[in-house]
Amino acid sequence: MKPVQSLDSVVIRFAGDSGDGMQVIGSQFTNTTAMVGNDLATFPDFPAEIRAPAGTLAGVSGFQLHFSSSDIFTPGDAPEVLVAMNPAALKANIRDLKKGGLVVVNVEKFIPREFEKAGITTNPLEDGSLDEWRVVPIEMGRLSREAVTGLDLGTKEIDRTKNFFALGLCYWLYNRPLETTVKWVESKFKEPYREANLRALRAGHAYAETIELFESKYEVPPARLTPGVYRNIMGNQATALGLAAAAHKSGVPVFLGSYPITPASDILHQLSGYKAHNVVTFQAEDEIAAIGAAIGASFSGSIGVCTTSGPGMALKAEAIGLAVMTELPLVIIDVQRGGPSTGLPTKTEQSDLMQAMYGRNGEAPVCVLAASTPVDCFEMAFEACRIAVTSMCPVILLTDGYLANGSEPWRLPDPDAIPDIPVHFRTDPEGFLAYKRDPDTFARDWVRPGTPGLEHRIGGIEKQENTGNVNYEPLNHERMCKIRAEKIAKIVVPDLEVYGDEEDLLIVGWGSTFGAIRSAVDLARSRGIRVGHAHLRHMNPMPKNTGDVLRRARRVLVPEMNLGQLVRILRAEYLIDCISLPKIQGQAFKVGEIFDAIYRTQDNEAAK
Amino acid sequence: MSELPPVKYTKKDFMSDQIIRWCPGCGDYAILSQAQTVFAELGIPRENFVMISGIGCSSRFPYYVNAYGFHTIHGRAPTFATGVKASRPELSVWIATGDGDALSIGGNHTAHMLRRNVDVQVLLFNNRIYGLTKGQYSPTSEEGKKTKSTPMGSLDHPFLPLAFALGAEATFIARSVDIFTKEQRDVLRAAHDHRGSSFVEIYQNCNIFNDGAWDQLIDKQIRGERCLFLEHGKPMVFAGGAKGIKLNGLRPVVVELGNGLTADDCLVHDETDPYLAAILARMDYPEFPVPMGVIHRRVRPTYDAQFNEQIAEAKAANPNASLRKLLYGGDTWKVE
Repeated sequence: MKPVQSLDSVVIRFAGDSGDGMQVIGSQFTNTTAMVGNDLATFPDFPAEIRAPAGTLAGVSGFQLHFSSSDIFTPGDAPEVLVAMNPAALKANIRDLKKGGLVVVNVEKFIPREFEKAGITTNPLEDGSLDEWRVVPIEMGRLSREAVTGLDLGTKEIDRTKNFFALGLCYWLYNRPLETTVKWVESKFKEPYREANLRALRAGHAYAETIELFESKYEVPPARLTPGVYRNIMGNQATALGLAAAAHKSGVPVFLGSYPITPASDILHQLSGYKAHNVVTFQAEDEIAAIGAAIGASFSGSIGVCTTSGPGMALKAEAIGLAVMTELPLVIIDVQRGGPSTGLPTKTEQSDLMQAMYGRNGEAPVCVLAASTPVDCFEMAFEACRIAVTSMCPVILLTDGYLANGSEPWRLPDPDAIPDIPVHFRTDPEGFLAYKRDPDTFARDWVRPGTPGLEHRIGGIEKQENTGNVNYEPLNHERMCKIRAEKIAKIVVPDLEVYGDEEDLLIVGWGSTFGAIRSAVDLARSRGIRVGHAHLRHMNPMPKNTGDVLRRARRVLVPEMNLGQLVRILRAEYLIDCISLPKIQGQAFKVGEIFDAIYRTQDNEAAK
Repeated sequence: MSELPPVKYTKKDFMSDQIIRWCPGCGDYAILSQAQTVFAELGIPRENFVMISGIGCSSRFPYYVNAYGFHTIHGRAPTFATGVKASRPELSVWIATGDGDALSIGGNHTAHMLRRNVDVQVLLFNNRIYGLTKGQYSPTSEEGKKTKSTPMGSLDHPFLPLAFALGAEATFIARSVDIFTKEQRDVLRAAHDHRGSSFVEIYQNCNIFNDGAWDQLIDKQIRGERCLFLEHGKPMVFAGGAKGIKLNGLRPVVVELGNGLTADDCLVHDETDPYLAAILARMDYPEFPVPMGVIHRRVRPTYDAQFNEQIAEAKAANPNASLRKLLYGGDTWKVE
């Protein structure tokens, strides 16, 4: 037996061709790691092309996993281990690997033909370019082939087992049990693929034990997580469950109108299986039809929901305005991606904040929420439904590609402890006026067609106050614009909380930057820097105390994956000259980048 | 819902309290009036009617019908109607639309609603012009039409709305005219009776921007000559029995009856025959008389019925679907 070395945390990245099955082994390693009890965070990174030419940089697909024996918030800045299935995967990822880190390469692919595809001229295994790392070359193809000898498989199918070989090898290296993956393979594959994948998995595991290439194996002990039942969850899955929870807790069907778009489609896929949970799905002919059907369903007494991404949001703008005007409940989930236009469909960005806040004709205020972690997507999707039916208004929930596909362990809530969403459909004709409002929320009554005596007409033309009749009078229009604005402003949202000490420097974030900011703030505080973190989840209306919190800090730093959108809103709303920290590379912030910004701010201060 | 005795309505019950703001003399008044008359006869509780429209003169229709109504956005009425009907199949859903709304900005949605066979009635007010934007050519305007935006004549080739609908796999297509009182009521009743998307083209006169667009077909003196009133199972004869339609190979031809040719030699209308429908949908003046009435209807399952059957099936298979099971499903682990 080789020695076992204990580590606090590890960041591992699997990289290969998009057809190499890197996402499969990434999620398998994740599930196994979750079952072992580590805290973890993952992020897959894949190209927009389904199968770009094999061996090219464009086709490289990656999956990064950070697992730890203590609390972690991000998938990690730099991997310590890189599994590279070909030269392109090595080239695309090696610069991220920590110096001294381990590189496991599928050596058979390191041949001139593959170098050419990857755009390199010399063999990196021989030219000294990898001297700063520990390189372990393994003939994964040959070894998997040998493992599956005798099974009735074609050459291509044999070749496809080598990802499981790599997975088995990594399981040995980090002392993980094979059971979770064995069970998954048994349930997922038919013979002879089942047997082939299992043999390759076990062969990789046994090979690592036998060869002398790894000096020791590692162990990351379980994290001290809060007691409870856990599952690993991706943001899109959590969003879907949040919507299903809203259907259960409101007693009203959730009607999803959606048109497939990356990176939001998985929510549609998941919800299409929830019919028994009172969630119904309609795949429309386009983004506009999707929201039209959702609004039609809301008019009919369902909670209309749309899932989309930035380009789809742009197409829905007019219909969102109609929902504002007709004061119907509606939830629009924008899983943001790189823009403008088609932009970077599979990469993450936070550049739709302005679109969500202001991207409509006329004065068309809506409620805007932003989820901060994959798990938070559950709570915010539920919250979006609650606000939509309570205030009879559209609610936009912003998530992004990083949250959608990233995962973390979720301590499952007690379903009985989740509060009901009270819904009242008016049935009393006495004194009914279509646009009479609740004095507290300014919500108008929700009436289901089919209710006798309450027949009424709504539409996109300006409404007369109270009656809802078509009205073009100047003062009525001004009054109605103000009422619609006030209705959104009246939405009750929790106060903004501050973590740490904000007097010197406060980091204000929103959305998926939560993990990187919190980690950077923890790191800075551990080094004696006084810094605080406040994270916005309610973008419109913002928490009542937001201005006070910002004014308590001498400086406010706003990291965002855009060119500075929240920072403009904060400046405009609160007249505070916040410092912008923009990043717009299709990639999440690294902890180090935010830490450096905190550190620089300190330097500037000292220099004054 | 409890069983209530059938409600007796009059046309007046379907008139709303809103002042009608169509131009005096507009053909829309006649269409509204026939529709209100038919609604009162259908035996459906008023609260179960939903009128949905997009944008355009015709799309003001819901405001004038005392039922549930939704005046939505340009071209998208079919999408809202799909959401209403899928989530509430028991409602009677009607769409009022125009040639611009349904075939130009909303052509995509019209086509998709028809292919899905959502059980709604579509009343397409075709006046071959944009009225609400004050007189530009529409997708049914004739080639060469001089309008505000086409001073040298329109270059666009027009749609034949019923051929468009048939191409989109419509299961019910019919045609009527705003001033054909009785025929229009018959068509509206048939549209209501059909399970699936019922697509009704109504020739409508815009007396401000395209006055008399249909006069050459519908004037009292000539309509017998230039319209072909269809009846299921009856031979296609017109001009007071003087003329008929025959097939020459796959092509229809107009024949003079007499001299040995009788009505028995003419094509017999079969509403259920999609190939015949394809011929009728293409027949246009001046080569042919324009077919009026129900041109095609066939039975195909509706989207909304099947949508709800799947839901019922899923609920039957998983009668105790609980949030707990949903959240705690999949791979979980316990931390003590």
